[in-house]
Amino acid sequence: MRSASSWRVVLPEDWEAGGFGLYIHWPFCMAKCPYCDFNSHVAAKIDQNRWARAYLSEIDRVGALTQGRILRSVFLGGGTPSLMDPEVVDAVLTKVRATWPVANDIEITLEANPTSVDAGRFRGYADAGVSRVSMGIQALNDADLKALGRLHSAAEARAAFDIARSVFERVSFDLIYARQDQTVGAWKAELREALAMAIDHLSLYQLTIEEGTAFGDRYKAGKLRGLPDEDRAADLFAVTQEIADEAGLMAYEVSNHARTGLESRHNLIYWRYGDYAGIGPGAHGRLTLGGLRHATETDRIPMTWLERVERFGSGDSLCAALSVADQRAEFLMMGLRLTEGVDRARLSSFGDYDLSKNINGLIDIGMVETADDRLRTTEAGRPLLNAVLRQLLG
Amino acid sequence: MTDLAHIRNFSIVAHIDHGKSTLADRLIQSTGTVADRDMKEQMLDSMDIERERGITIKANTVRLEYKAKDGQDYILNLIDTPGHVDFAYEVSRSMRAVEGSLLVVDASQGVEAQTLANVYQALDAGHEIVPVLNKIDLPAAEPDRVREQIEDVIGLDASDAVLISAKSGIGIPDVLEAIVTRLPAPKGDRTAPLKAMLVDSWYDSYLGVVVMIRVMDGVIRKGDSIRMMQTNAVYGIDTLAVLKPQMVPIAELGPGEIGVLTASIKQVRDTRVGDTITSERKGCEVALPGFKPAQPVVFCGLFPVDAAQFEDLRDSIEKLALNDASFSYEMETSAALGFGFRCGFLGLLHLEVIRDRIEREYDIDLITTAPSVVYHLYMKDGTMRDLHNPADMPDLTLVDHIEEPRIKATILVPDDYLGDILKLCQDRRGVQMDLTYAGSRAMVVYDLPLNEVVFDFYDRLKSVTKGYASFDYNLSGYQEDALVKMSILVNDEPVDALSMMVHRDRAEMRGRAMVEKLKDLIPRHMFKIPIQAAIGGKVIARETLSALRKDVTAKCYGGDATRKRKLLDKQKAGKKRMRQFGKVEIPQEAFISALKMDS
Repeated sequence: MRSASSWRVVLPEDWEAGGFGLYIHWPFCMAKCPYCDFNSHVAAKIDQNRWARAYLSEIDRVGALTQGRILRSVFLGGGTPSLMDPEVVDAVLTKVRATWPVANDIEITLEANPTSVDAGRFRGYADAGVSRVSMGIQALNDADLKALGRLHSAAEARAAFDIARSVFERVSFDLIYARQDQTVGAWKAELREALAMAIDHLSLYQLTIEEGTAFGDRYKAGKLRGLPDEDRAADLFAVTQEIADEAGLMAYEVSNHARTGLESRHNLIYWRYGDYAGIGPGAHGRLTLGGLRHATETDRIPMTWLERVERFGSGDSLCAALSVADQRAEFLMMGLRLTEGVDRARLSSFGDYDLSKNINGLIDIGMVETADDRLRTTEAGRPLLNAVLRQLLG
Repeated sequence: MTDLAHIRNFSIVAHIDHGKSTLADRLIQSTGTVADRDMKEQMLDSMDIERERGITIKANTVRLEYKAKDGQDYILNLIDTPGHVDFAYEVSRSMRAVEGSLLVVDASQGVEAQTLANVYQALDAGHEIVPVLNKIDLPAAEPDRVREQIEDVIGLDASDAVLISAKSGIGIPDVLEAIVTRLPAPKGDRTAPLKAMLVDSWYDSYLGVVVMIRVMDGVIRKGDSIRMMQTNAVYGIDTLAVLKPQMVPIAELGPGEIGVLTASIKQVRDTRVGDTITSERKGCEVALPGFKPAQPVVFCGLFPVDAAQFEDLRDSIEKLALNDASFSYEMETSAALGFGFRCGFLGLLHLEVIRDRIEREYDIDLITTAPSVVYHLYMKDGTMRDLHNPADMPDLTLVDHIEEPRIKATILVPDDYLGDILKLCQDRRGVQMDLTYAGSRAMVVYDLPLNEVVFDFYDRLKSVTKGYASFDYNLSGYQEDALVKMSILVNDEPVDALSMMVHRDRAEMRGRAMVEKLKDLIPRHMFKIPIQAAIGGKVIARETLSALRKDVTAKCYGGDATRKRKLLDKQKAGKKRMRQFGKVEIPQEAFISALKMDS
């Protein structure tokens, strides 16, 4: 039995250091990508009005729990939210503005697929209040797009990107690298092309083989060849940092690059361990209620979630307080992803565990550094973050 | 009580898998000793580990009642003995309790090394031997060739061998008849003072210590006061029974009979196998010759993976030792592995069996250190001491010379593989003593250092001969050689659990193999790690484990926090199975795998 104090943070409103945001999950896609382990489903017919009603009801519910908080960001993620009718997005955002006082510089992001059909809805999203899109371009050549199971061509993606640039204030896009048979040279060239296109923000993810995906199954069966080994993956990571830096898009997080001040504010809430409400199937949240930080989860299956909201007035399948030890682990796990690192005073507020021995060991081998009352990974430590965390929390 | 002429006592000698246990099952079945509905396979093997591995570890006995063709009723006592070399002492003492043996040979495989070793023990014990060719219904069976082989290799007349298939029940009546007509009846004097041999003893959680006896002279009855002649302890008999194979109480046992007794004996250690049991009053004057107690020849350290389980480990080892007097243990402390026990075993199989039983029956995860033999250290001050653990090696300047145990190994192998076998034995510092042929099979006898055999000799032997070679050995004595202690250093820290005694000429090769293996077994760390093998201060082999270069999650957003944290927790829990040496963590599997040499 843990004592009551092991559940309570020393600073009861610790989340304020990270801010408050809202995540909305739209679970549908036209097709499931072979690498994707997100909660996405392919459905023949979607009653969008019914989904809109459920989202509005959920916004009412979490709004009541977080009354008076200033909302800094809304993120419509998925799935493929660019399949949503602009009217639904409009209804959701109207409800959001009626529920919370919003920050002057509120960021409202929508994830979009770079096809012409999706791009046809961009204007409507912008009119509804979306200020930023994050586009899943993934690769800039057709052969790799096909291998990644994407439904668009490189040319189509560029066209959709151009439309987005003209419609939204801010546009980011994702690329997946460390693909099958990708050489360092080929990636460098492709990355330079991407940096020439990029305006303010770019997410560069190394391909990760996740269990329960088509790639995962093929990998297990030994049929996914040409993936880079650890050394090549490390080389690819290193050149990525180098080239993006030269182009002025510094990494502010392991896989995210932005011009200063144009980072994803929404994602910073996660990494700075703020509070976020998560609604929609499979959405997770962190909400500090009554001095305790809670983890919330919802049903992953779209229809189960929908019926649950309709019948019980809540999509949450779990709302549990996190122990201080778990919070500290999450705080470090998220915060050390950021180039800025974590605030040491905040770290020490998570209970009375002394990490200084572990920290000093990591300083000795050049993996982390402390300066300006912050703890952060070094350039050498960043690609080894999982190992750093194991030692730090071990 | 049965008169001597109507008793036959026998054991079955066979190589593993030649069908010994199946034949025993058939004999039990066809004499109606156990009802068909109660039969199960390997009836006499009671331990899970025996059934699972298909081997016999403890001797077991069963009393069969048989009406022979001559119309008379006979009592047949079968003592089922282990086949493996590690348990040879069990075989030898069981054989002293019976007058004859069935030599079971697989008619498709022929004579194997274990068959030889056991049949020689039977001959030493003065047994009459009836050859039995099993599996004659297999297409590959060659009874004539195998008969010839028995005559050539063992020198036993096999012309009237009984042809059977234990599996399909062919020839079982012939076996029973041969036991009655061809094996001698026991001798003994019913009127003489009681003289019984203590054949074996084991601990039963309900009955306490159960003692198996063979009556030589006189009569033993329930309620008698008996004396153990070696220990001079006196006990009152609580139960007297025969095994069918369950215990069935009996009023008395006369000469030639085999049975069990209980007598409020507390520990198996209070009984000496081979001891003579007589009456407390008017006992016999001359005891039976007795047996040499079995000496452990292979030692290793057993440590709990979780230090908190040390007391549980102590408990389990004490319980196992209750029933196995051949297994020795003492507490050991290792800088690397913490508290554990240094244990002595009869051989590697014995080691594996005990280790498996601790892990399974007591649910304790173990780290097993390098198996070591017992070296004799002759010190400059004229004294001699045993070295069980390389970590205890004294300063070399104090040691005059070192002797190591050697064995006489007998290997039977199809001649296609003879070259591989000779190379293997030569590589292991063997000295060839004999090489003969019997048909297409060669029999090689080598004098080998035991220390070269305890690692993986048997595995290598099986792999180079695709499983066709068979192997047996007995200890042949001690001999001086140029032996050194090799230490393993990981990141410049010595890992005591990995240090070992090796021959100087083999040290570099062993060291090289070891550091290469460790390089694969130790996961990459955030810094590079030198792995070295050294003799004294001199490094003889070195590898460098390069630093980890990439281990970071590409995507981690709000929805991932819980899952990734749980993954991190799981990895942290995995670290508990690691041992910390300075800054380096070594997984426990590395200790076991590193010691399996396959060079």
